[in-house]
Amino acid sequence: MGFLPNIGPAEFLSQLLVGFSRAMILFTVCAGLSFVLGVLRVPNIAHGSLYMIGAFVTFSLSKSFGGSSGFWFALLLAPLVVAGISLVAERGLFRHLYQREHLMLLLFTFALALILGDLVKIFWGAEYRSVPAPDILKGSISILGASFPRYNLFLIFIGLLVAVALWLFVNRTKIGKISRAAAVDRDMVALLGINVSRVFAGAFVIGCCLAGLGGALVAPTVSITLGMDHTLIIEAFLIVTIGGLGNMWGALVGSLIFGVTQSLGVLIFPQFAIVFPFAAVVIVLLLRPKGLLKSVW
Amino acid sequence: MSGKLLDFKAAGFTFVLFLILLLLPPFIPRFFVYILGLIYVTSLLAMSLNLLVGHGGMYQFHHAVFYGVGAYAVALILTKTSLPAWVAFIGGPILAALTGLIIGWFCVRLTRLYFGMLQISLCSLIWAIVYRWYKFTGGDDGIHGIPMPRFLSSLNSSYYFILIVLALSFFLLYLILKSPFGSTLQAIRDNPQRCEAVGINVRRHQLRAIVIGTFFAGIAGVLFVVLERSVFPDLLFWVLSLEIFIMCLLGGWFTFAGPMLGAAITVALRTFVGKYTEYWTLILGVLLILLIFFLPEGVMGYFLGVFKSRGKGMAERRNP
Repeated sequence: MGFLPNIGPAEFLSQLLVGFSRAMILFTVCAGLSFVLGVLRVPNIAHGSLYMIGAFVTFSLSKSFGGSSGFWFALLLAPLVVAGISLVAERGLFRHLYQREHLMLLLFTFALALILGDLVKIFWGAEYRSVPAPDILKGSISILGASFPRYNLFLIFIGLLVAVALWLFVNRTKIGKISRAAAVDRDMVALLGINVSRVFAGAFVIGCCLAGLGGALVAPTVSITLGMDHTLIIEAFLIVTIGGLGNMWGALVGSLIFGVTQSLGVLIFPQFAIVFPFAAVVIVLLLRPKGLLKSVW
Repeated sequence: MSGKLLDFKAAGFTFVLFLILLLLPPFIPRFFVYILGLIYVTSLLAMSLNLLVGHGGMYQFHHAVFYGVGAYAVALILTKTSLPAWVAFIGGPILAALTGLIIGWFCVRLTRLYFGMLQISLCSLIWAIVYRWYKFTGGDDGIHGIPMPRFLSSLNSSYYFILIVLALSFFLLYLILKSPFGSTLQAIRDNPQRCEAVGINVRRHQLRAIVIGTFFAGIAGVLFVVLERSVFPDLLFWVLSLEIFIMCLLGGWFTFAGPMLGAAITVALRTFVGKYTEYWTLILGVLLILLIFFLPEGVMGYFLGVFKSRGKGMAERRNP
């Protein structure tokens, strides 16, 4: 590898693991986006804003609980707060629009994103915030000679947990099966006497809850600021697209591609690291325009 | 948009409006001249998008990139080469249209949301490169203080230039929409399957429309540089793309001049509400939600519906 100077196996490995942990945060958020996209057929731009709200709520909660355990409370409560916000938005506004065209729904969610973004500005201001990781997850351990932050290992663990929980939810519970059926043919599900509107509300809240969880998980690793919603949502849309719209495993595959190409891109060409994942997305879409895995649409 | 080629009342009104705007600059403060210029640039951008979305029915989600490509092309030619200014002014739209051709060539194979998603990802790649390539594009700083030819040295002369180019583009876009090509495009929007069945090459028409639309977006980019003398990567960011969408929605998708009105409302709102509060996007968001609920055909569409056809045909066009 003559064109890659100064990269030892240890650096490569640690960068790869950083990529995996980044991918797991992306997966948590994108699984929610993909779920909403699959069941409601709505590309929810406000998803990024909910992720940002999750991060800011985590900041406030872990500060007010204080100490090392504050983060754990925040990690549990932040997704619930976000779920509450999304429930209000869905029942209050969103459900009246399901009959409209996609474009209108898209613009509606953008309007929601504008409003939520400014509300965050009102509540938390424009400063940079940071959340300390809990003591037990501070520091790093070495794996095969590569030093690796404990928090990132925790992220990988949580990401796998989310994947398993989602799989169980979608395949083993009744409401999961109903929502999958509603994704394929909502009229048929309604004919069977199931309240589709309520299924939609549930799916929307679950999806948004995952956005909040993603925001809470990312909080200790980045500086929390306005605008983090804008960078995330475009990445999330691309991930969901390359995975196959509405396919949860596609979201996992897409997140891994996105996270790993970005972190390895840092090794190869640091200045253009953000270009690599976009290029990877373009290559995937040119080869398979409808995504890698089967779309539910 | 069917029917007779020229509605004399509307044409007369447009011409009088054009004359008034042309004579305006000596009588109003400099700041208003600048804001009007910005409104013209933005309305040309919104109209170029509306050609694709409102009349073509394509999900051109990331239209701002072509605006940015046009603007950056001018900025780079003027700052990095010694070519004359007119080369830059013509090169900007051509480069934007070329980018549109390449991206559109891939996108027209798909429909609806898949079209939009592929479009976003290809365009985001361009954004990411512009955003990061410090040596060439200035990265996230952008390029400032772009030298302009002498005839554009004052704000008023830039204003005249922008207004005249806008008027010409307006006229050209109108002719394009009234041409057989324009009718075919709208037929494709309303029923692509039937168009294919009667022997229309749907993809080729859509691709042509994309090239035309991105060309005019490139012109808008050139005009932006004429007005601002600087470029920055936010011109290619997806948030701007959605703002253009909002302008089209505000004005009305299925009207010709609606997007101009939407652009004027949005720019005016940002300027004047932005003076009093930093939360102007909150107000824009609330306005947008009210609009989606109560006025889905837009301000212009609503008034045209009330005054002319009493909404006849509007309903069918809304739900293709």
